[in-house]
Amino acid sequence: MKILVCITHVPDTTTKIKFTPDGSKLDTTGVQFVIGPYDDYALSRAVELKEQFGATLTVLNVGTAETEPSIRKALALGCDDAIRIDAEPTDAFFVAEQIAHICKQNNYDLVLMGRESIDFNGGQVHGIVGELLGIPSFSPVMKLDIEGNIAKMAREIEGGKEYLEAPLPLVLGCQEPIAEWKIPNMRGIMSAKSKPLQVIAPANPQELTKSLSFELPPPKGACKMIPAEEAEKLIELLKTEAKVL
Amino acid sequence: MSVLIFVETAEGKAKPSSLEAVGYGAKVAEMLGTTATALVLGDAQELEKLGNYGASKVLHVADSRLNTGIIQAYSNVIAQAVEKENASVLVLAKSSLGDAVAARVAGRLKAGLASNVVELPNLSNGFVVKRSIYTGKAFANTMISTEKKILAIKKNIYSVTPSSNTASVEAFAPTLNDSDFVAKITNTEKATGTISLPEANIVVSGGRGLKGPENWGIVEELAKVLGAATGCSKPVSDLHWRPHHEHVGQTGVKVSPNLYIAIGISGAIQHLAGVNSSKCIVVINSDPEAPFFQAADYGIVGDAFQVVPKIIEAAKKM
Ligand SMILES: Cc1cc2nc3c(=O)[nH]c(=O)nc-3n(C[C@H](O)[C@H](O)[C@H](O)COP(=O)(O)OP(=O)(O)OC[C@H]3O[C@@H](n4cnc5c(N)ncnc54)[C@H](O)[C@@H]3O)c2cc1C
Repeated sequence: MKILVCITHVPDTTTKIKFTPDGSKLDTTGVQFVIGPYDDYALSRAVELKEQFGATLTVLNVGTAETEPSIRKALALGCDDAIRIDAEPTDAFFVAEQIAHICKQNNYDLVLMGRESIDFNGGQVHGIVGELLGIPSFSPVMKLDIEGNIAKMAREIEGGKEYLEAPLPLVLGCQEPIAEWKIPNMRGIMSAKSKPLQVIAPANPQELTKSLSFELPPPKGACKMIPAEEAEKLIELLKTEAKVL
Repeated sequence: MSVLIFVETAEGKAKPSSLEAVGYGAKVAEMLGTTATALVLGDAQELEKLGNYGASKVLHVADSRLNTGIIQAYSNVIAQAVEKENASVLVLAKSSLGDAVAARVAGRLKAGLASNVVELPNLSNGFVVKRSIYTGKAFANTMISTEKKILAIKKNIYSVTPSSNTASVEAFAPTLNDSDFVAKITNTEKATGTISLPEANIVVSGGRGLKGPENWGIVEELAKVLGAATGCSKPVSDLHWRPHHEHVGQTGVKVSPNLYIAIGISGAIQHLAGVNSSKCIVVINSDPEAPFFQAADYGIVGDAFQVVPKIIEAAKKM
């Protein structure tokens, strides 16, 4: 079995988002970048499947050289080798085309990634890759088991779950609780340094969308405090003042 | 040219978020000087009523294989409808099905897709949409440069007042292949009789401050009197006090209701990420220093077990 896991390199969830004064890009001063939390779930499940089936596991990232610490972390967690497509991942179609291009050369049985990146929250890449390869894609997948050539999955839907079965190959957007996040151990970290990382120029680069400027939401007004003894007054305020009831 | 809106149904009826999408799509059509067509798949009723929300025509694919949302089959049908209607814009409401389908249609048609759209497009210089990014912490103004465009809109961003107009209903028979049905849905588990969290106008959420699942009665009762959905913080679903689909936040459901009431939730940045587009936020917490108060419109410092019953009583008298 051959598995590809695709990761993003994004600001940590605790980041206070700021943009440069002209609003043209993220102000990255003091921002810590990590593997996207959803990608981390996909990666963790991929490592488990590798152990279960003796699969080979490749990690892929579309990004500039700055993303290499995240790629090395994925190698430390158990990926065998890595591919970095050397480009800014600014448009979902562009990223999906890069992934599909690699997939066409390698015939993976499973392509796993997070349900969405936590910077642009597009949630599009898995679906576009599936379409470009002409194979099924599912998201958000919260449970994944492989039996022979069949993937048995649970997908989260509004208010519940949908259980699915489909033959490999597949592209999946993953989320919790598909696996527990893993922490690399010392041996993993040491061996990651010597694992192969291929850097490739983007193929057929084209963008369908372009973000022109960024902005922050208007600051929130002050919170109106209601004494606990008069808690019942909340309902009246929500009705007459906030007009939400 | 036209604007096509994919309408999702539940038990044969259009979901509220899809009605909002129809209203939004009709407005975009008006801005472009064209008309809006709604697309409905599987068994459905009262289709002409989509005209109330601005659709002039409804395309209906009455194929019972489409009664459940098979992602590949839906994507194939929607892409064919876009071609048939020569639609320049496809609009849909974000959902677990809508998101998965929009991406595939974008791949198939090579159409630029913007998700989490929060406003009508700006057409003064190209086609630019404002979308929510960094999980609600910021916005991007994104230009879509392809001829065909797809917009997945966030809930509660456009208000429509229904009219008495009706839409004409036309049967549509797209080509479906066996390969569209290779995935089998073997079972569906769905909470019944409760309000769906992403669709809800009011959400009452509980956190670890409620101490255990046996104490959820006050959350459920307040939700019931307000006609609200129930939600929770991540540790609460991790501890299995509540089902995973109620988990709100960065790694859970993102909600944008009119009213979000948080009880015993500290307001960690990852929780706020899922609720920061709510119109009004109420926080009930025993700790006056809880960070959630900074993101709230109304706050009550107190013990949830004393405060919430008082609110329930007042809501019952409303
Ligand atoms: C990558 C990542 C992703 C995450 N994603 C999410 C996410 O999607 N959603 C999410 O919720 N969290 C998420 N978290 C976790 C988040 O950081 C917090 O740990 C979590 O939100 C805390 O949940 P809580 O507020 O219920 O619990 P706590 O932080 O333990 O807060 C409990 C609160 O209850 C109050 N309280 C106690 N007793 C009472 C009482 N009697 N009456 C009233 N109030 C009382 C306390 O003052 C306290 O403020 C994520 C974390 C990480 C690292």
